[in-house]
Amino acid sequence: MTKQVRQLDRVVIRFAGDSGDGMQLTGDRFTSETAQLGNDISTLPNFPAEIRAPAGTLPGVSSFQVHFADYDILTPGDAPNVLVAMNPAALKANIGDLPRGADIIVNTDEFTKRNLTKVGYAANPLEDGSLDGYALHPVALTAMTIGALADHDVSKKDAERAKNMFALGLLSWMYSRPYESTIRFLERKFAARPELVAANIAAFKAGWNFGETTEDFGVRYEVKPAKMSPGTYRNITGNQALSLGLVAAGVRSGLPVFLGAYPITPASDILHELSKHKRFGVTTMQAEDEIAAIGAALGASYGGSLGITTTSGPGVALKGETISLAVALELPLVVIDVQRAGPSTGMPTKTEQADLNMALFGRHGEAPVAVVAPRSPSDCFFAAIEAARIALTYRTPVILLSDNYVANGSEPWLLPEVDSLPDLRVEFATEPNGDDGKTFLPYLRDPVTMARPWAIPGTPGLEHRIGGLEKADKTGDISYDPANHDFMVRTRAARIEAIPVPDVEVEDPDGDARTLVLGWGSTYGPIGAACRALRQRGLPVAQAHLRHLSPMPANLGDVLKAYDRVVVPEMNLGQLAHVIRGRYLVDAIPYNQVSGLPFTAAKLESMLEEVVKNG
Amino acid sequence: MAEPVALKLTQKDFKSDQEVRWCPGCGDYAILAAVQSFMPELRIPRERTVFVSGIGCSSRFPYYMNTYGMHSIHGRAPAIATGLSVSRPDLSVWVVTGDGDALSIGGNHLIHALRRNVNLKILLFNNRIYGLTKGQYSPTSELGKITKSTPVGSADSPFNPLSLALGAEATFVARTIDSDRKHLQSVLRAAAEHQGSAFVEIYQNCNIFNDGAFETLKDPSTRDEYLIRLEHRQPITFGADGQRCVVHPPGGFGLEVRETASVDPADIVVHDATVAEPAYAFALSRLPGLDLRNTPIGVLRQVERSSYDERVREQTDSAKAKATGTPEEQLAGLLTSGDTWTIL
Ligand code: SF4
Repeated sequence: MTKQVRQLDRVVIRFAGDSGDGMQLTGDRFTSETAQLGNDISTLPNFPAEIRAPAGTLPGVSSFQVHFADYDILTPGDAPNVLVAMNPAALKANIGDLPRGADIIVNTDEFTKRNLTKVGYAANPLEDGSLDGYALHPVALTAMTIGALADHDVSKKDAERAKNMFALGLLSWMYSRPYESTIRFLERKFAARPELVAANIAAFKAGWNFGETTEDFGVRYEVKPAKMSPGTYRNITGNQALSLGLVAAGVRSGLPVFLGAYPITPASDILHELSKHKRFGVTTMQAEDEIAAIGAALGASYGGSLGITTTSGPGVALKGETISLAVALELPLVVIDVQRAGPSTGMPTKTEQADLNMALFGRHGEAPVAVVAPRSPSDCFFAAIEAARIALTYRTPVILLSDNYVANGSEPWLLPEVDSLPDLRVEFATEPNGDDGKTFLPYLRDPVTMARPWAIPGTPGLEHRIGGLEKADKTGDISYDPANHDFMVRTRAARIEAIPVPDVEVEDPDGDARTLVLGWGSTYGPIGAACRALRQRGLPVAQAHLRHLSPMPANLGDVLKAYDRVVVPEMNLGQLAHVIRGRYLVDAIPYNQVSGLPFTAAKLESMLEEVVKNG
Repeated sequence: MAEPVALKLTQKDFKSDQEVRWCPGCGDYAILAAVQSFMPELRIPRERTVFVSGIGCSSRFPYYMNTYGMHSIHGRAPAIATGLSVSRPDLSVWVVTGDGDALSIGGNHLIHALRRNVNLKILLFNNRIYGLTKGQYSPTSELGKITKSTPVGSADSPFNPLSLALGAEATFVARTIDSDRKHLQSVLRAAAEHQGSAFVEIYQNCNIFNDGAFETLKDPSTRDEYLIRLEHRQPITFGADGQRCVVHPPGGFGLEVRETASVDPADIVVHDATVAEPAYAFALSRLPGLDLRNTPIGVLRQVERSSYDERVREQTDSAKAKATGTPEEQLAGLLTSGDTWTIL
């Protein structure tokens, strides 16, 4: 049977199933095949906090969304064109996001009475007509997988588990994906058990062949490669990119990297990744708690390493006292906060941007630090290097605000040349700096950077003591002098404010926008997509996005004042908007969502349309 | 671990230019002087010696040592010192802490430093009171202790710091007294020579808020009756004429004190700090009663176990040994690892 081939410019697929169904892996493989083909991609995993929520229940549903296109895209897509639902729970949890007409591929074998009841379906939705508005494809995924593996030397359980590869094979056929990378992947993954390699490949091929032969799938789709800048690419998640950025910062500074970390979702993957890179002189320490993790990192910084700690919001709260010590000691320290929905344990696998206030203000005393935020998964690499650059050059703690959305999302990354990365080399103090040529003044500042000398233990002649007690200017001796304290507090604030950061850029292609959308961090994609959509419809809107939240770019005030309206969408209750209003006396309009999910471009588009049209 | 070199340093070299500001008569002065006069013996250059402290009276210590030093956060010195020690094996890192600092707010860091066996020399000045905050009871204050925060007596049972350290699998555990410079220095010497964490409890008098807490161990008329001076490979006897001894009673778990005359000399326990089983040192740590009778001082335990620093370094070194190319080349290789594709 010859099938019709239809060209599409973009597709959004969501793989959904039980947390034990291997949906993250399936999505990951589909993404990798898609990357090989040269589409632009953006992905979004969504999984429960429980490792194994009860099987077949709504809380146990895990999903992976992949958006791919023949042009450059900014988000994992608002609404899936295709839903793969491995059980009734997956259908029920995701159907609300599907536009009418979308394809739904369901594993009919799981639609038993018991499973339907478990999620509150009174009637079987595959039969009661409730899915009439969709293109429903009922497939006996489990039975066909087991059937295809009848001759294989694997247990029934292992055969059944291969059903995700059947689904992947079917979807790979539907969207004409090259599958060599998946075959190679399976050969690597199950290297120790050749029978599983064979079974999983057979299941994949059975799914592919099923697509080719069944009449239910009459059309096959193609999405042509996107026009992307020349170069070598890889698909990368934010946490991976961030880890590589930290390794790169070590290489470019020539310093050993010391990571102190305590396991916490969604930051642990950075600890896992960095623990593999010891050959770069990276030491990772899984500390006894969050406080020890940052303490050890600060101790290592004191000794001349690039000290780093990684965590999420609750961990930053615990680290606050040590960040303040680092402010007083004026030592480099990188604190990475992969934000998640709070307060307290909140929703650990869901995203939010509600730690901005904590990063800017959440410490005792006047304790200013630099704050940076990546805008996309691959940008985490460059943001990590920028955080390290500021920390090392200006001898200060820097908080990097990632979040679950960029940390676990992925996109193609045009690999940079190592030589093009910033030179982060630093000079340790080696000689006394006092006028008499003999005294060492640990708090005598560099006139340009306002940083104090980094005199590491082991340097003869520079023995000195530092600590949390207020220090006299220059000598660093303990001082309770009122005028000195006032001076030191102001100096610590001024030196952070004086860190030069690049101007914020405004995207306003036609230059006639009267409304500016200002965002920071991971909302870049959805805001950008919404702005593009509005412009395509002839509604001018300008976009500016902050990487540096402390200090803020020098031109920001002028940028804000150049527009009639400034809208600030955030995944919190208006934390940046509040700062903007306070600092620049601009009547910024906050637009907030705290659902644990990223903004959809469509939602931002309709909100911005109102603002642009009605002022 | 910092290697000794030929150096001629004196006590004076280790005195910083800062005015020492403990209360007159505080036991900390004696400890400071003992440490300053002991340091030259180690032949470690001043610049390779670092004192890290937390918060409390004792934690002012680093300011008075003309070495590198950090006065950090309440309770966190072991954590900060761990990062320093692991990343800088060429340094000799000392932690100075107190009973509140190490056992209350910093209890977690202390036990984890000890179990990891980080190469730190930890000096815990135990005065059984909060001095800097003006006289609240501490985790080593006796049950029923009347202080500003416990006007009718503390309801908390105290920690026995040595038992705690031994429970955390410390490889070196010792106790000494502020006023006995010779003994203090002998313990410091043993601690400095130890590879891994050395935990030293120093009984220290706070003459302002808990004066005389250890007087029975110091007063010439009582001390011989109260103190057990442990000597490696010597039978444990004490009292002015050795009239008391320590035995391991048959059938019992621990150790007990007996009249020497009443036991077969062969039954007297011969002290051996290197006994692998921590139960022995633990039993020693349990000997003193509430009135401080039968307080052992000296090195209770000193066993060999690789340090965290060494194990971490081994992993890094072996990974580095396998790597080829410059760091930049390796980085380029790392960036392009995984599934990549090229657009022309
Ligand atoms: S309060 Fe006690 S411990 Fe503190 S300095 Fe005074 S005497 Fe020493």
